[in-house]
Amino acid sequence: MPKDESIKKVLVIGSGPIIIGQSAEFDYSGSQCCTSLREEGVKVVLVNSNPATIQTDREIADVIYIEPLSLAFLEKIIEKEKPDALIATMGGQTGLNLAVELGKKGVLERFGVRMIGTGIESIEMAEDRKKFKRLLKKISQPYLRSAAVSSFLEAERFLQEVPFPVILRPAYTLGGTGGGRANSMAEFEPLLSFGMGQSPIGQVLIEESAAGWAEIEYEIVRDARGNCICICNMENVDPMGVHTGESIVVAPSQTLSDKDYQKLRSSAIAIVNALGVVGGCNVQFALNQKNGEYAVVEVNPRLSRSSALASKATGYPIARVAAKLALGCALHEVKNMITRTTSAAFEPALDYAVVKIPRWPFDKMGECSRTIGTQMKSTGEVMAIGRSFEESLQKAVRSLEIKIPEIEEGKIEEHLTRPTDLRLFAIFEALRREWKVERIHSLTGINEWFLRKMEVIVGMERKLAQCNTLSREILFEAKQLGFSDEGIGGRCGKSEMEIRGMRKELGILPTYKMVDTCAAEFDAKTPYYYSTYESGNEVRGEGKKDGSNDYGNEDRIRGDSEKNEVGEGKEKDEGGADGKAQVREGRKKDEIKESAQKKKKVVVIGSGPIRIGQGIEFDYCCCHASFALREEGYESIMINNNPETISTDFDASDRLYFEPLTFEDVMNVIEREAPLGVIVQFGGQTAINLAEPLSKEGVRILGTQNEGIDIAEDRERFKKLLEGLGIRQPQNGTALNERDALLIANRITYPVIVRPSYVIAGRAMRVIYSDDELKKYIAESVEVSRSHPVLIDKYIERALECEIDGVSDESGLFTAGMMEHIERAGVHSGDASAVFPPVKLKKEVQEEILECSRRIALAIKNVGAINIQYIVKDDVVYVLEANPRASRTIPFLSKATGIPIAKIATKIILGRKLSEFSLPSPPKVSYYSVKSVVFPFQKLPGVDFVLGPEMKSTGETMGMDREFGIAYYKSMLAANMKMPLRGVVLISLKKEHQGEGGELARKFSSLGFFVCATEGTAKGIGNAFVLNKAGKGEPDVLSCIKSGMINLVINTPSRGKNAQTDGFKIRRASIESNIPCITNLEAAFALAEGLRAAKESKIEVRSLEEFWGK
Amino acid sequence: MFFKLIRTNSSFGFKVNDKKLKSVLVLSDGTAYYGKGFGACEKRAGELVFNTSMTGYQEALSDPSYAGQMLLMSYPLIGNYGIDETSFESEKVHALGFCVREESFAYSHRNAKKSLHEFLYGEGVPGISGIDTRKIVRRIRAKGVMPAAMQTYEEGGEEADLGELQKMAQEIDYSGTDFVSKVSTKKEYFVDGIKTNGREGKIVEGVNKDEREGKKVVLIDCGVKRSIVQKLVQRGMGVHVVPAFTEEKEIRSLEPDGIVISNGPGDPARLTGISETIKRLFDFPIFGVCLGHQLLGQAAGAKTYKLKFGHRGANQPVLEKRAGKVFITSQNHGYAVDAEGLESEFEETHVNLNDGTNEGLAHKSLPIFSVQYHPEGSPGPHDSEFLFDKFAKYLEEG
Repeated sequence: MPKDESIKKVLVIGSGPIIIGQSAEFDYSGSQCCTSLREEGVKVVLVNSNPATIQTDREIADVIYIEPLSLAFLEKIIEKEKPDALIATMGGQTGLNLAVELGKKGVLERFGVRMIGTGIESIEMAEDRKKFKRLLKKISQPYLRSAAVSSFLEAERFLQEVPFPVILRPAYTLGGTGGGRANSMAEFEPLLSFGMGQSPIGQVLIEESAAGWAEIEYEIVRDARGNCICICNMENVDPMGVHTGESIVVAPSQTLSDKDYQKLRSSAIAIVNALGVVGGCNVQFALNQKNGEYAVVEVNPRLSRSSALASKATGYPIARVAAKLALGCALHEVKNMITRTTSAAFEPALDYAVVKIPRWPFDKMGECSRTIGTQMKSTGEVMAIGRSFEESLQKAVRSLEIKIPEIEEGKIEEHLTRPTDLRLFAIFEALRREWKVERIHSLTGINEWFLRKMEVIVGMERKLAQCNTLSREILFEAKQLGFSDEGIGGRCGKSEMEIRGMRKELGILPTYKMVDTCAAEFDAKTPYYYSTYESGNEVRGEGKKDGSNDYGNEDRIRGDSEKNEVGEGKEKDEGGADGKAQVREGRKKDEIKESAQKKKKVVVIGSGPIRIGQGIEFDYCCCHASFALREEGYESIMINNNPETISTDFDASDRLYFEPLTFEDVMNVIEREAPLGVIVQFGGQTAINLAEPLSKEGVRILGTQNEGIDIAEDRERFKKLLEGLGIRQPQNGTALNERDALLIANRITYPVIVRPSYVIAGRAMRVIYSDDELKKYIAESVEVSRSHPVLIDKYIERALECEIDGVSDESGLFTAGMMEHIERAGVHSGDASAVFPPVKLKKEVQEEILECSRRIALAIKNVGAINIQYIVKDDVVYVLEANPRASRTIPFLSKATGIPIAKIATKIILGRKLSEFSLPSPPKVSYYSVKSVVFPFQKLPGVDFVLGPEMKSTGETMGMDREFGIAYYKSMLAANMKMPLRGVVLISLKKEHQGEGGELARKFSSLGFFVCATEGTAKGIGNAFVLNKAGKGEPDVLSCIKSGMINLVINTPSRGKNAQTDGFKIRRASIESNIPCITNLEAAFALAEGLRAAKESKIEVRSLEEFWGK
Repeated sequence: MFFKLIRTNSSFGFKVNDKKLKSVLVLSDGTAYYGKGFGACEKRAGELVFNTSMTGYQEALSDPSYAGQMLLMSYPLIGNYGIDETSFESEKVHALGFCVREESFAYSHRNAKKSLHEFLYGEGVPGISGIDTRKIVRRIRAKGVMPAAMQTYEEGGEEADLGELQKMAQEIDYSGTDFVSKVSTKKEYFVDGIKTNGREGKIVEGVNKDEREGKKVVLIDCGVKRSIVQKLVQRGMGVHVVPAFTEEKEIRSLEPDGIVISNGPGDPARLTGISETIKRLFDFPIFGVCLGHQLLGQAAGAKTYKLKFGHRGANQPVLEKRAGKVFITSQNHGYAVDAEGLESEFEETHVNLNDGTNEGLAHKSLPIFSVQYHPEGSPGPHDSEFLFDKFAKYLEEG
């Protein structure tokens, strides 16, 4: 069945901002899908509200809309673009739900749009719990007893048959939002009502608990003809009860026999066939390993986080193939991109073990419960590849970039029983204390096989600690088990560099192997590698200390047999002199050709797992760096460990190394590849932190040099620099003890922002208003000492904050844009909404900022990207900080201006001059772009929804329009806010703001809103309806919010972090009821403007090309 | 003579009689790989082949088609779920030696009775671990399958004689050896039930074969896997398992409703006698699997040839030409049918999507067909099990 030629134009819906449970994997699948469709000559219309996505680049889609992902906006786009077809399965749950809605509301029919790929019926059958159970029953597949309920009555009926514990899952939500396990009626009731509120259809699935069973997933791809292949299976190390996104996962399964494996595979295929999926589908099973019984848990009839992991774990591009299948191609008609000679109809065979570990935000969210369960809390994940489970596990832990937590002996049992992010480390601690594997198994339910492997690691730790001299054998074995040099050194009293030196002397160098989908059965073309310690090497070494002895198919090395390294003494091969002369000659020619065309190589260091503060924006920049390298004729080499992102796609770079981002792992690749230099400025703090250790080893850092980085990062040096340049900075000081801190704070006067360099209790930065508060803060949450100073800045209140992103060479700065924050200063720039171009800043002030930026960039000899943050109070400009690297706003500005900033920065880094690009600095545009952010509070119970100097958001959205108000409104809508155009607004302001309450209330009532207020605020307003304080008479303010009576909440928090305040309860209640809650006065005023614009004018959709006028 | 020496990498490793085991694998081209030893202290030589299946080592080891071969698994972690009582494809291990990256000393499975090491030790089969199996796979891929020898021995004892091992390897003539006679049953037996509670007595002979109702088939045993017999029995067939070289007359005397030709080891070109017999049985419904397919192919006029490194794994994609359907199949063969030579009443029904080699054939009008792959899986996918149903249907239709 060749592709359907009637499909000329396809709409692809993205997944919007990064949120917990929906991360960069959908940019990966969406981009692959777009590229794949365009290969077939199909025009692609893409909609996404997230600017930090590769899929919204003009190289990826033909027509791009950065608009809110809502029914109304999609309808407008469909009306305007008139696509022939829509693919629903590439944009996560968001894209899927929207596509279903478009179908149900008749929009698709009205405009003659076909759903291609997996259709609405299949989606509904998979997503609607009742229908799905019916299907399973029909095809005799076992499932856990469950009921989809929409009321307490129905729930009680179910509970009469099934005993506790039960699992609750709201229908049509992602990442298990609102789900949980109930062990009793007392736990059950609140979970049920919360879940019904979360589900867009008010339905909750209650399910028999299979706690303790193994959780196994299969990734299946099916074409319209019914051909089904299994890309990969994955085994969760954590048993059922922990969401698969929260579990440590291995691929392929390790503890399943062939009979187990095939039984589940057959079941998965039967289900996918019965659903009629066309494309990718994930099937999850619970397997009782005590008796082999299994049950289907759920299916995802779309590309998912698991499918991204499966793609990276196997090298099979699932989304790319799924897109072709949607066009009507059969599996065997799709070319295999790995071998480039065979078809996509095959099942990958792995010859390595993959381990994925989630990355949780608990380091940023101190108050949040660290318990993990059926609801996702992790923001990202890391993946590692090795030839043994031990090796992969240790590489994955290293990739997390966390300080390995110490677990007290007394707490081990609790950690083992109640899963948290610390459980893995508690297992190791238990093993170190010689707990029996059987005991750990009975506490955790984790399969003994995994525990025994962890025991091997602990055994090696002991061996290292006990051995007097490190023998070659022990060292080699430790490396094979995945120990880092630092880890080995730490156990036997040596430094990382000592071990490194020793290792090299002994010839213990990593070997690199290819991820080729076929376990080496065929010659593959994917330059996708991982390191291990063995003898066969598949990357030709170019460094001086080359230990390679196995390159290409011929696998032979002649000559010096004494010096061959790694695991083997001598290698000589006399068997080659026979009839293979032709082959060899051919190869020689290739080699000559290759060396003649040899390109200069440049390494791009990625940004690791997605976490709060280091999100997809950095991966976006890394990809662009890699693309720019190719454009400039360099060979791009990417090192990263995040399986969700595009930077780790096998064709995003010329070579990909899936490795931890530590000095050792990165340096090993550099020694193997001998690149011209390394680019560190796009990979966020992860990459920047490597600049110094790498350059100490003589690695050339391309772009801004360490000296410049150091001046910008060292507070004292930066202060001196600014003084020398005559540029203002808020008063500040560095305290080494509490007394100094108090002195400094009093000298510069309160309020102050304090930031410790070493954090104990989660919260790092804070605005402090008094001596008492400062003392308490220092006592409770930070360590102050000579090695851990506390930085104190004057907090300038009621000021405007703004920032610039630019690119500089030695002679000038190109300012790509100036963004004005919408929130008051003091909010972390990553959490602030911002508008480009500025709305409030005067022209002279803007010019001063541009001039300051230029001088700073030149003074630190910045080459490449730079971000400088400012604060403006009464038209006086102060510099907050300068970051000599790509910031998270580069993608936003690139989309706002149409200028590929990261690519230009890369080219400048490679030696081009700004003058070669004719760039308007800053670019002039005739429209506004607003960045809004999304927060994870809904997913993290117990966290107060107050913004401050510590970043908390997970993702961002963008709204664009000719009018600022509409752009702001669009960006808020895109940030999943249900923005009301009329209804009831609750205004509750802190004392300092109450004076402005009147004006705010007038604005909203003139828009037709009914204004309510809390007592204090109401006084300032005059004619507002006063609501009772929480707990003071019914209905009180909280019950009004919960009942859905209120549509919009404006609450400015007073200081302090007390969870008992009314303000806290109001904010919490509004998040839980999914009501927009504005916590900032300026934002409230801006929103009023946006709502007015939305009400008065018909909001239009415009593509990026239309905005850019190109 | 030069050897490539690979030092043992680990201070872990197995001990037998308190002695640590070492092992060395020597390829006929002179490359030697040292590793840890496991299983039995033995010296063996045979053709070295690799299998890419990620599960199913027990089924593979006991598959008679591996007779005369050393089996190397490309998946690095082997032994994770131990050895159970239900996954034997025959009564013994047929592979001569077992080569893995890591033999998992730890195993965990509800059915596991012993570790892989304990099992191979008991079976008298040597194992080698800690070698770079991927490197060897790449070598075989480039150079083709080649003979090899391996020796597992106690550390501190007498070192292995690499020269002798290489000589052993070089003396191997896989194609020239008759393995089928060795693995085929010596006498005919009848099966209509299969017990799965152990290796001994696993195949249960039918008690009242003359009175039983339902269809009967003759299975020409060239080294049959138990799963094939099982799939037939599950479909209500009584199975006369007969030695590979049974004469046409004897087969007819059993009054079967159809003929099944089993899988097995070795070069089909050596077995033209069986093909001749098959040719005279075209009045029966016939179903051939793997070697059985090659033998049917020869009976249908085609020649067979040796593949460079064969197909061994659970992920081989096969296209059914007429319907355009793809099947992921389990395969284990080193020879292929050249479909060019098929007589005109036969047609090629399936091809391998990776290399275009023949994977199935059928008579254009008679109920005679065969596939190169293993519809019974074990190890591997069960997607093609319906072929047994198809055969059962042919029997019903007479």
